[in-house]
Amino acid sequence: MRVVINVLAGLIFGLGLLFSGMTNPAKVQNFLDLAGTFDPSLICVMLGAVVVTFLGYRIAFKRPRPVLVERFSLPTAKNVDGKVVFGAALFGVGWGLSGFCPGPAITSFLLLAKGTLIFVPAMLIGIGLARLLTQTRLSSKATSASATEA
Amino acid sequence: MLIGISAVMLMLFNGRIAGISGILGRLFPPYDGADPGGAAAFVIGLLVAPLLYVAVIGAPFAQTVSNNVGLMTAAGLLVGFGAVHGSGCTSGHGVCGTARLSLRSLSATMIFMATGFATVFVTRHLMGG
Repeated sequence: MRVVINVLAGLIFGLGLLFSGMTNPAKVQNFLDLAGTFDPSLICVMLGAVVVTFLGYRIAFKRPRPVLVERFSLPTAKNVDGKVVFGAALFGVGWGLSGFCPGPAITSFLLLAKGTLIFVPAMLIGIGLARLLTQTRLSSKATSASATEA
Repeated sequence: MLIGISAVMLMLFNGRIAGISGILGRLFPPYDGADPGGAAAFVIGLLVAPLLYVAVIGAPFAQTVSNNVGLMTAAGLLVGFGAVHGSGCTSGHGVCGTARLSLRSLSATMIFMATGFATVFVTRHLMGG
């Protein structure tokens, strides 16, 4: 059942990206081009998604737990640290250069444009590297903590 | 609208944020409590979406993607690394985080919008690309 919900949610999400034009990098770059061909229609897409999610979450969080699993898995970090700032800044540069963010890139994969076939593997490598970095930091922190204890 | 409905579905049934970079990250080890099967199922849904779109509309999806190998490689690395290092992308911070009124997500969204605007300004207007 959980698999069915996940596939359906992915499908609906992907269709949302396709119908809204988020999967067309040229349109995204026009949205980001304040000084040129600024296309405000993607603001409506963003706002529509945020408003629906905001209202839907209020209903979801009224329940003591989700329908299919034990508990809600929500991010607990609240502080705006250097990691978030640096990561988001790099992300924006890549987004501006390509017109792709992760969802639209994956959704576009089977449309088989040459640029997408290059972008997606590079993005997966980037994701792997960032996870590796976090892992290394965590384990080196653990090591230095245990060294201090000793 | 559809994006919001999908995000609400994931939270209501599976109690999870519909953040694509987070979902992709969950495909990589370590897997402790990350439900990689669920993440893979969501990705399959995303991959199938354009096939369904094309089948229903009956016309190919019009898309303009850069062919520049170096540019797309660099952009892919930046997007993948930046999204995971910054704990979220357009969907996780921009949609779900903002909808939860998280100051952290709102800040991340404003930062990547700002560097996105700046990047397009530099490439289109200063470099004329």
